[in-house]
Amino acid sequence: MFDHFLHWLESTPIAVAISESSWLFPGIESVHVLAITLVVGSISMVDLRLLGINLRDRPVQELIAEVLPWTWISFAVAVCSGALLFSSNATHYWGTVPFRAKMLVMALAGLNMLVFHATTYRGVAAWGASRRLPRAARVSGGLSLALWIGVVSLGRWIGFV
Amino acid sequence: MLDEFNTWLGATPLSLLIQKVLWIIPTVQTVHILAISAVLASMAMFDLRLLGLVGTRHSIVSLSRRFMPWLWGSLIVLAVSGSILIIGEPKRALGNSVFLAKMCLLAAAILLTLGFQIILKRDLAGGNTDLASPHFAAAKIVGLLSLVLWVGIAVAGRLIAYTG
Repeated sequence: MFDHFLHWLESTPIAVAISESSWLFPGIESVHVLAITLVVGSISMVDLRLLGINLRDRPVQELIAEVLPWTWISFAVAVCSGALLFSSNATHYWGTVPFRAKMLVMALAGLNMLVFHATTYRGVAAWGASRRLPRAARVSGGLSLALWIGVVSLGRWIGFV
Repeated sequence: MLDEFNTWLGATPLSLLIQKVLWIIPTVQTVHILAISAVLASMAMFDLRLLGLVGTRHSIVSLSRRFMPWLWGSLIVLAVSGSILIIGEPKRALGNSVFLAKMCLLAAAILLTLGFQIILKRDLAGGNTDLASPHFAAAKIVGLLSLVLWVGIAVAGRLIAYTG
């Protein structure tokens, strides 16, 4: 069933155009890398604040309000460009370990974010301005940083298998 | 001349080690990309502030003090990781026109940043609390140019893999 979907995806006109063109793949890949650097760079700013390493004089909610819209825009660009890259050789990518691991680690990063927003972040008004944050916030920040470094490593690894 | 240098560099023990141990290049590339993330995110925030689009309630000098250490620190990481990649695959980079273009863009971005820092320092030394208002127009041009240069550097970096 899923194999049928992957084959169909590869045979769409867009996927065929990307795999046959000499410049479409590198072009889309450049956009993908650019978007990921902005996703990871902006998320790290928040993570490093949660860890108490950077930007300690800034209230957490203020920093998140300022940075996160840019993270989401960049993430949307990364997902779209990534889907296009994936479509050009879907069965191959789906069969590789780093691709599957990357999707899994990204899901974990999303889950970590959801848990943070549903629990610790609810009380941000009480602790958001302090320099040293509650342990739960520090753990979320550290996990997020580690998971996104994992996403970049696995993403780079996809190109070598 | 360059070919001979590349052949010599590619035959050094360090280069042979990087070529032989399969995980070195992907790992160093990952470190390189992470450092680029720090540069691009920091410079995007700073440049968008110079353009007056984001974070206008923060002074330019406070954002400069916040982000410039990340820029210079990351550039050191980028120089070291980039050098390892060049030593491992000299022909991929040194004989590549896109690599040369990337280095020119990098030099321009660094000079532009240093130039702006000098202007900012002079304004502060002259008794201003932030960038002086006669320099606001120049700051917008610097912000836009800097954004374009850093995006160009990242794109050129990825395209090195596809060009000769």
